[in-house]
Amino acid sequence: MNLAQWQRDFSTWLKTASDTSASRLTGGSMAGLNVYQNNYRAQLVGCLEQAYPRVRVWLGATLFHNAVITHIHTHPPQAWTLDAYPRDFGDTLVALFPDNPDLHELAWIENALSLAFVAADAAPLSLHALSAVDWDTARLRLTPSLMTRELTTNASCIWSALWEETPVPVSALLPEPGGLIVWRRQFTSRLKQVDALELDALVYLQAHGCFASLCDRLVARLGEEPGIARAGELLAGWLASELITGVEAG
Amino acid sequence: MSVSDSTFSGYGLGLRKAHYRDFLETRVPVDFVEVISENFMVEGGQPRHILRQIRERYPVALHGVSLSIGSADGLDPDYLRRLKSLVDEVEPVLVSDHLSWSRFAGFSAHDLLPVPYTEDALNTVCDNIDRAQNVLGRAMLFENPSSYLAVDGASMTEWAFISAMAQRTGCHLLLDVNNVYVSARNQGFDALAFLHGIPAERVRQIHLAGHSQGEPLLIDTHDSPVCADVWALYAKALSLLGPVASMIERDDDIPPLADLLAELSKARRIGAADTRARARVAS
Repeated sequence: MNLAQWQRDFSTWLKTASDTSASRLTGGSMAGLNVYQNNYRAQLVGCLEQAYPRVRVWLGATLFHNAVITHIHTHPPQAWTLDAYPRDFGDTLVALFPDNPDLHELAWIENALSLAFVAADAAPLSLHALSAVDWDTARLRLTPSLMTRELTTNASCIWSALWEETPVPVSALLPEPGGLIVWRRQFTSRLKQVDALELDALVYLQAHGCFASLCDRLVARLGEEPGIARAGELLAGWLASELITGVEAG
Repeated sequence: MSVSDSTFSGYGLGLRKAHYRDFLETRVPVDFVEVISENFMVEGGQPRHILRQIRERYPVALHGVSLSIGSADGLDPDYLRRLKSLVDEVEPVLVSDHLSWSRFAGFSAHDLLPVPYTEDALNTVCDNIDRAQNVLGRAMLFENPSSYLAVDGASMTEWAFISAMAQRTGCHLLLDVNNVYVSARNQGFDALAFLHGIPAERVRQIHLAGHSQGEPLLIDTHDSPVCADVWALYAKALSLLGPVASMIERDDDIPPLADLLAELSKARRIGAADTRARARVAS
């Protein structure tokens, strides 16, 4: 057997624990193969438990473990870094629990916080840098750690209660959809619930950068004066939260 | 006589999160620290920031677990790029990984899987080492893994494989004494034959760690102190190698730092005894 065939059979053994692959790898004792099989599965179980501690509490240990086993069977790891393995676990939760948007959003929060923790560094924009900005053409750069998604449930309140180990609220749909943003300030990942308008504004700015265009967009939705006022409020909030890391002339 | 021409020796510890504060806020009596490369091969954030601070205070060795030097379909270019970036920033005293594989055909096992000791595997491993060393612009160290499986069709011993690998690629060796002990017990070979069989002049670093008794095999768990048999094997290794950078590796059930420093003191005492023995022979 050449090396490639050996590695193909070994990979199959780890993923499926099939007798056929095992028999091609060893003439007799299964003890050694079982050690590798156990290491492989224990590593992935531990990885997902570490990545989703609050989802585990929310779901309960048994349901969470069953979801982990399903994920390991359906999503063999591909990336060189184990850090990448938890990223698709939310897809498995959606498949297993399609009618639980609270769970989907809770899983997104935990994953986004982990990703933000090691996202690329970018210093926040100083107020001094704004003094000479031509706002008609300025393009704003948002922190590379920023992630956004629509929020339909009280998942951020559930996450906060689980984080603070306070009584967890009953799951509920929001009166109207809002948004979630996750980013990193200094070395700490941050989570914030925003309204639908701010979510839309951030997504727009992340894609296009042009602040004047964003103002036009807000004016179109809110009217001249309220639109401009809201743009100013949002900009001030984003600067204070260190979400803006650069400004360029258009 | 000592055949190691290592330019860096001393005694170190594997740096783990539980002890970051100790290392950053006090002067821990170690000659170097070793970090797991992959934990810092990230875009940014606190891990890289902490490593930069550690690097200002201690010499750093980088120890990888995911290079997958035995992969039949070659090395991952993204992995190599990130490792190169880390090496350039940290300027480590040593860069190591394992004689093992973890990736093949888009699957990544995240474990140190055994390489069959065959000519085919030797050719692959050597080609991959050449590529990694060319990218990094320096020699790497490769560690003998713990083994739980006797591979059918092996055409040479582990130490013959390692010798040929080092000779063909110019790579250095990281001798994990605990792994020699575990593999020897599991595979039924003579640990001393291993120590005598590897090219002593290529060994640049030694790992010391604990293991667990599985059923029926020993398991390289790194969750307990170094056992008496492994200390004895370490003393024998030093008598063959001379002074080599040595460190305690602990990855689970991490004890207080003082416990690890006590183990490291034992390594220092064994090293000092070996040095005295050499002096007596020389005089």
